[in-house]
Amino acid sequence: MVLENIGQRQQHSDGRSVAIRMEGITKRFGSLVANHDIDLSVYQGEVHALVGENGAGKTTLMNILYGMVRPDSGHIFVGTTELPVHRGFLGPDYGIGMIHQHFMLVRPFSVLENIILGTEPRRGIFLDLVSARRKVVDLMGRYGIEIDLDRRVEDLSVGEEQRVEILKVLYRNARIIIMDEPTAVLTPQEIDRLFETVRMLVAAGHTLIFITHKLEEVMEIADRVTVLRQGRVVGTRSIQEVDPEELAIMMVGRKIEATRPVRRTRSATSLFRLENICLRTPRNLDALSSISLDVRQGEILGICGVEGNGQDELFEVAIGIRKPSSGKIFFQDEEITGLSAARRLRLGIGHIPPDRIRMGIVPGMTVKENIILGRHVEPELAGSFFLKDRAIRNLAVKLLHDYGIVPPAPEADITTFSGGNQQKIVVARELSRKARLLIASQPTRGLDIMATKLIHDSLLEHAENGGGVLLISADLAEIMDLSDRIAVMYRGRILRVLEREHASEEQLGLLMAGVAG
Amino acid sequence: MSDVGAAIGISLALATVRKAVPLVFASTGGFFSERSGIINIGLEGMMLFGAFSGAIIAYFSHNAWLGVLGAAFVGGLIGCLHAFATIQLKANQIISGVAINMLGAGTTVFLSQVFIHGERSFSLAPQDRLPALGPFLPLTYIAFGLAIGATVFSYYTVGGLRLRAVGEHPRAADTQGVRVNRIRFLGVVTSGVCAGLGGAYLPFFSGSFAKNMTAGQGFIALAALIFGKWNPMGALAASLLFGFADALQETLQGRAHLPAQALQMVPYVVTMIALAGVIGRSIPPASIGKPYEREVTEAST
Amino acid sequence: MRARGVSLARLVPPFVSLLLAGLVATVIIALLGENPLHIASVMISGSVGSFRSLANTLEEATPLILTGLCVAVGMRSGLFNIGGEGQLVIGAFLAAWLGAKLPIANPILHVVVCLLAAGTGGAIWAMIAGVLRARLGAHEVINTIMLNYVAFISTNYLVNLPYFKKPGQIPQTFDIAVTASLPRLTFVYKYTRLNAGLFIALAAVFAVWIFLARTRLGFEIRSVGLNPLAGRVAGISVVRSMIVAMGIGGFLAGIAGAERVLGVHKHFISPFPFGYGFAGIAVALLARNNALVIVLTAIFFGALASGGAHVDMVTNVPRELVTVIQAVIILFVACDLVLRPRGRSNEVTTSE
Repeated sequence: MVLENIGQRQQHSDGRSVAIRMEGITKRFGSLVANHDIDLSVYQGEVHALVGENGAGKTTLMNILYGMVRPDSGHIFVGTTELPVHRGFLGPDYGIGMIHQHFMLVRPFSVLENIILGTEPRRGIFLDLVSARRKVVDLMGRYGIEIDLDRRVEDLSVGEEQRVEILKVLYRNARIIIMDEPTAVLTPQEIDRLFETVRMLVAAGHTLIFITHKLEEVMEIADRVTVLRQGRVVGTRSIQEVDPEELAIMMVGRKIEATRPVRRTRSATSLFRLENICLRTPRNLDALSSISLDVRQGEILGICGVEGNGQDELFEVAIGIRKPSSGKIFFQDEEITGLSAARRLRLGIGHIPPDRIRMGIVPGMTVKENIILGRHVEPELAGSFFLKDRAIRNLAVKLLHDYGIVPPAPEADITTFSGGNQQKIVVARELSRKARLLIASQPTRGLDIMATKLIHDSLLEHAENGGGVLLISADLAEIMDLSDRIAVMYRGRILRVLEREHASEEQLGLLMAGVAG
Repeated sequence: MSDVGAAIGISLALATVRKAVPLVFASTGGFFSERSGIINIGLEGMMLFGAFSGAIIAYFSHNAWLGVLGAAFVGGLIGCLHAFATIQLKANQIISGVAINMLGAGTTVFLSQVFIHGERSFSLAPQDRLPALGPFLPLTYIAFGLAIGATVFSYYTVGGLRLRAVGEHPRAADTQGVRVNRIRFLGVVTSGVCAGLGGAYLPFFSGSFAKNMTAGQGFIALAALIFGKWNPMGALAASLLFGFADALQETLQGRAHLPAQALQMVPYVVTMIALAGVIGRSIPPASIGKPYEREVTEAST
Repeated sequence: MRARGVSLARLVPPFVSLLLAGLVATVIIALLGENPLHIASVMISGSVGSFRSLANTLEEATPLILTGLCVAVGMRSGLFNIGGEGQLVIGAFLAAWLGAKLPIANPILHVVVCLLAAGTGGAIWAMIAGVLRARLGAHEVINTIMLNYVAFISTNYLVNLPYFKKPGQIPQTFDIAVTASLPRLTFVYKYTRLNAGLFIALAAVFAVWIFLARTRLGFEIRSVGLNPLAGRVAGISVVRSMIVAMGIGGFLAGIAGAERVLGVHKHFISPFPFGYGFAGIAVALLARNNALVIVLTAIFFGALASGGAHVDMVTNVPRELVTVIQAVIILFVACDLVLRPRGRSNEVTTSE
């Protein structure tokens, strides 16, 4: 520890002062180690990008820096002051502001009320809205941020909400500003505007920590970048000395270009077809716009894209728990647009939902019961009224064995299993239902390598046996490894569908970023 | 004829206000708790505690105002109980409320029998009651003042802003340094004080304490709060409406074809309609019913 | 922590809550200057000390089993049905009406018709709240409370109509026909009001248990209760599950009302004896919504009620002590006093 500290000081003795130093930060959630002995230094006045895949521990680390999460061990220094991390503190008291990925705004409140909440100017017990307004208007002028202070937050667009968040941080005189995936939900124009603001903030002497997993943004906006992987720091680089490819390798931990034996015969017969699917929601008028896709028999159609570009909505429309605003869905050339989720399951459309805990399993039920979830109406497993307990048990025992899930205890509560095993249970359930089509969304998110491999093999096998797979994933490597054709999704649209052989990582990356390739 | 009509009109108006008082107290109390994010269906029990402690203290001390203070204090204590259970121990807020209602029903009658030698109800001597101030008991003015004060508090003070914030988005408030659970605690205790005062009105109005004398008024107050869209002024208006229905029902008793029960049902039915969104939907605070914990265990992401 | 065979371990916290509630009761009794041991012995003799006491206990337990099931089934679907009180009153009124007015000579048929009508009435009453919740998202807790009062008030209106009202000062219906009576179990105690309703309640326990554990619909209800979104993804109708669960609960509460009328009171009276619906919450809570355990917890609360009445009669301790104890038990169970400190101490260690 001591030696490391000395090493760090030397490393930083290049003339720039250190705004933030985090040392030996470790945080566990149950058995999951979110942050493992992390060291991070951020220079005064720089834009420091923090990149890594989902679950790499970026947000947890920043929540620790902001004081919302207490680390199990480690130290944090702001300048030369050590923060009382173990007693508890809150960022704003030390000049640290954070713009959370999910905005921390009170929706029925006005913009002004949101900005001042917690640091209200007051006259006695009363709010002093006049001086609050004066101060905020002054800030807006100084940083070139425009917003109507009297509007309610629930009436704002996402970009406007973000501006409120930035004002909140500035209102508290934060010198260090953390932005957690600020671009994930913005349009390209809004992103440009955000970057202008970021540059303005830096010019005004602020220090920024910018969480993202989009490498082109890192290259554009950051001065230095730190890569996290599975809760550890892989390395910190100055932006001049690094290229996106190296960063990508650091993030993923291997060379992305993977070669997969080109597979078997694909049929030209359509299995599952979406025609001009549109979805309008109160929050997003173009959640999905004119999506047309065709999954053929024996094919894996991959849909790649940065998360939050309509993938979840597409999944929900495809499985039938959400009705499209317009457009048609066909399965084996029969229209199924109006069919319920239950009817679609019975027709032979299985699915692996993107969020296992929320959508895929029922915590508190046994493995056996989770294995029949959605299958409890199949004639082999249930009569018209009663469940067939013996058949259910036999199925559960068989699947646990086939997928190597330990302990093979069908009566155990599913929450006693690891995330990987839970996901295997979901995959086992869906693949064993003899579905023709499998709609898999983020099937290996957060899983270890072994579980990932088993699930990948299962999907490939399903396609090899003539089934179709619609694979939705934010993991580009996974898409490249498995898909026969790749569709790129961006802002609720399919930008392009490419044959796997003709798709390059670079081209996909550009498309995913919304740049026509 | 018109004089008679006017007299009836005036007496109806007075009766409306009198009937509304306990509802105004309790629904304003409900406002403080529910807006902070803690469901309070224990208002009924808190009122009953207030009714009993107000009456018994006045009975023994011969000082009605001491009774009023005692009712507020005991109401606050019960509020503490609800707050401790739901905030510190994260008990289900509805279950805790149900328990408090049972506790009120049981304890008050139990203690009545202990203190008044086996009686489940007792009367207050005239000198132990609150003297009227004009046409109403002084508590009436306090009730209306409280509702107005709650409105001012809610929209013009720092505390009010924070109270509403922690009921809507506690995490947002927490990230800005607002002590979520402290504010919730204060909100629930305040609701107990208000409900206790509302309960105390009952024995001073009727001149006696009787077993289960709130008879569902805590729930009507809850209904008024919901019908009034979780705002003190809305709740005040709803309390007056429900008070009017009650007063009308008593005035008409035996005089009109309309059965009294139809008017008695008004608060309950209009609340269901309001909740269903048929006439201007009532939307509860976004985070009501959910205990707040700063660290969510993101076990698997 | 969460091993297999959890069910027994899960019952430990309620048990500790009982002990704590007993402690509270002891303190209260001692403060009154009475001897807690003496009161306890009176309590025991009044609840299980004789065939008569035992019969009283079971008689009190009968409606509690049904209202406890009512709450439990709702909970299993994720809904909090605190409208058992109102559903019971609706059932009681319908049973009293049909019991008095239907000219059916066959006693079994008459009783069955009355029970079914009472159950159906209770079910519809509960399903109003279920539909409002499932379709419109209106909170079932508020709506069931409101429906309780609507039930009290409307039956109060009906009972005063000449068609229903037995002449006299008291607002009560005509007595039911002999054919509609549930036979009393006089072999336990000659003058008991304990009746065949007990067996109906036990049958209901068995039926609910089988239904939840072994049927498709029961499985769907449990899935929806634990994770509605996963249920929806799996093609389960959340709306239907919620409405059915509320309906079954209301049916059982309605039966409880019929049992009170057909087996105990022989007429409907307004206001109808109060409290079984709310006590059902305690029964279900203490049993952790397990249908079989509900039999035990209902008998426990039945014993408290019957013992409490005895205490009231022969000592200076009022019977409301029982309500207080009930409330304290609910509060303790809700606070999970046994499990919670462990979770909290974890938190403390991480922050030190």
